[in-house]
Amino acid sequence: MKFKVNGHEVFASTGGRPFDKKKPLIIFVHGSGLTHMTWVLQTRYFAFHGYNSLAVDLPGHGLSSGESLKSIEEMADWVSNVIDAVGHKEASLVGHSQGCLVTVECTSRYPTKIKTLSLMGGAGAIPMNPELLSLAENNDPKAVDLMMDWAHGPAGHFGGHPVPGLYHINTGTMLAKSRTIQNTLGVDFRACDNYKNGFEAAKKIKCPTLSILATDDKMCPVKEGKKLASLIDGSQVDIIDNCGHMMLLEEADRVLTVLKKFITTNYPPLSS
Amino acid sequence: MSDKKKELKPNTYKFDTLSLHAGYQPHKNAGSRQVPIYQTTSYLFDDVDHAAALFNLERGGHIYSRISNPTVGVLEERVASLEGGTAALATSSGMSAIFLTVMTLCEAGDHLVVSSQLYGGTVNLFRLTLPKFGIKCTFVKPRDTEGFKKAIQKNTKGIFGELVGNPGNEIMNMPEIAKIAHDAGIPLMVDATYQTPYLCKPFEHGADIVIHSLTKWMAGHGSSMAGILVEGGKFDWMQNDKFPTMTKPYEGYHGLSFAEEFGPTAFTMKARAEGMRDFGPCLSPQNAWNVLQGIETLSVRMKKHCSNAEEMVKYLSNHESVAWVSHPSVPDHPDHELAKKLLPNGRGSMIAFGIKGGKDAGVAFINNVKLASHLANVGDTRTLVIHPASGTHSQMDEATLKFAGLSHDMIRLSVGIEDIDDIKNDFEIGFRAARKPRLVSNQ
Repeated sequence: MKFKVNGHEVFASTGGRPFDKKKPLIIFVHGSGLTHMTWVLQTRYFAFHGYNSLAVDLPGHGLSSGESLKSIEEMADWVSNVIDAVGHKEASLVGHSQGCLVTVECTSRYPTKIKTLSLMGGAGAIPMNPELLSLAENNDPKAVDLMMDWAHGPAGHFGGHPVPGLYHINTGTMLAKSRTIQNTLGVDFRACDNYKNGFEAAKKIKCPTLSILATDDKMCPVKEGKKLASLIDGSQVDIIDNCGHMMLLEEADRVLTVLKKFITTNYPPLSS
Repeated sequence: MSDKKKELKPNTYKFDTLSLHAGYQPHKNAGSRQVPIYQTTSYLFDDVDHAAALFNLERGGHIYSRISNPTVGVLEERVASLEGGTAALATSSGMSAIFLTVMTLCEAGDHLVVSSQLYGGTVNLFRLTLPKFGIKCTFVKPRDTEGFKKAIQKNTKGIFGELVGNPGNEIMNMPEIAKIAHDAGIPLMVDATYQTPYLCKPFEHGADIVIHSLTKWMAGHGSSMAGILVEGGKFDWMQNDKFPTMTKPYEGYHGLSFAEEFGPTAFTMKARAEGMRDFGPCLSPQNAWNVLQGIETLSVRMKKHCSNAEEMVKYLSNHESVAWVSHPSVPDHPDHELAKKLLPNGRGSMIAFGIKGGKDAGVAFINNVKLASHLANVGDTRTLVIHPASGTHSQMDEATLKFAGLSHDMIRLSVGIEDIDDIKNDFEIGFRAARKPRLVSNQ
């Protein structure tokens, strides 16, 4: 579906079901340089089971218009505005990687609005490798290739996608190269590198929180994810073995199973 | 110690490694080092909720082997990885891959622009069968790049061609024709069977969908029928209103828009969800496994195929019984320079040559070679020969043969990986037999 936030058109996948204001809202926030499509193996389930599932394209990404937002704080406010724009008062947030920084900041800023928080491959800070940052800001496609290499664990490099026939390293590459790299990945990486408030924001979070981490995650290692989770009262942690940073694709079923249990328990669906 | 910083390089696996490993994780399959053959029709659901989730495309997995199968899935991922594509769908043959591609793209009333130099079966599909479904085609000679542009109509949904035409070895100027297609907002579909991704990756030259008859070089051993369509993932289906079945809500899946939901894999998802469901040309797991065995040695075999082919080109070019030789490695081949650009790892192992003495000499040659096999296939490890005018293209009338660039003296040679001297010795037997009728008639 399309709607406007701050005067710019936003695209969000509804998981193949019409948006229904009566249903509770889950917003999925993608990682650096990516789009709503990274969530396809999670969003459709919730859409068919009593939720409004909104996998957004951040401004300037995927099918959304406008320019990419330059800071995590701006993105956090933007997510709050998305909730307002679709006529809801509250939502459950799910973030991946950079999306974790955004949803942590958003939850700390708008505690009454956010009912649950699910973090995948999250950390309190994501400092960027300076060379990778420079490549992305200079529009070099090598930045995407490096990201796809580091983002997949050793097992993920072989493939074995849960959706038959999909080769996820090439699919992720295509998503990240679908728009001008310096305007998406470059801006996002810089925003991640600049963001310093993650640990302080985490301390303010009081809603039920889940962190899904992966043993082979090079971009947001388990110890960083645990450090973030330790600052959030009552935070649950689930660790996936033999999996990298792209857990939502590499171990899509496991992620969905854990996410399903957490969200339906803490933020029940509209019963049919 | 040097204080030079090491340059960052992506360490994703390279071609030869992907040929052996892509698409498969042993630890998820009981540690089986070899890809298991899942010889089953169907798959247990965990519960009703799980079944519904699979049918609704809410999660990945298998339902019924007509739609997908784990062994076939490994093959699909492997080929997608080798081509640099986002996704692939394997089929029971190369022809069914072409048919499924067209039926995923087109509806009744649509039009395609098609290269005229194609395998005979493909010509008949486009010329005779697709019109029965209301899909019309305009044929253009592969070297007539401007002709492709002129043939595009308002209802044209794509351009189709073989990268190297069968059997005449004409090469489509893929980058230029891709630009023509993209300027018109339509995709370029390329049958790259003759090349395999070892010789050419069409996505790097602008193709949007790549099709293979895996039966040929990819499987390589003449044992199994199989085909595949591979998606490049770059084509924007939402750029215009030409592809409503990709972009508009689809009734068959609760109003799903394939383009919105699946983006760079939308075409493959639709081909599987709709095409495999409704037409059902699925690949058997045994054949998928056979093809996987072939792909493991693809680069090794292709090197030998190409080196033997270049030797045969030299041999034939200097032979008294040969009137002409067509192969992109020949300097006076019209597409020699284009071949260097598009086929940097080798020009392939298909040779067409004209035998002096015309049809009668061709028949005598074919009937007398002993090592080379006379059959309707290409891309076997063994050397194969056929006389197209009386074989693969025999269902064409004289005018169609001429338009397809076929002559009665043409022999199509698929060079195998036998010892090159043995192939040449065998051809000497064929040529001696081919000269005999002429010697008799000259007396």
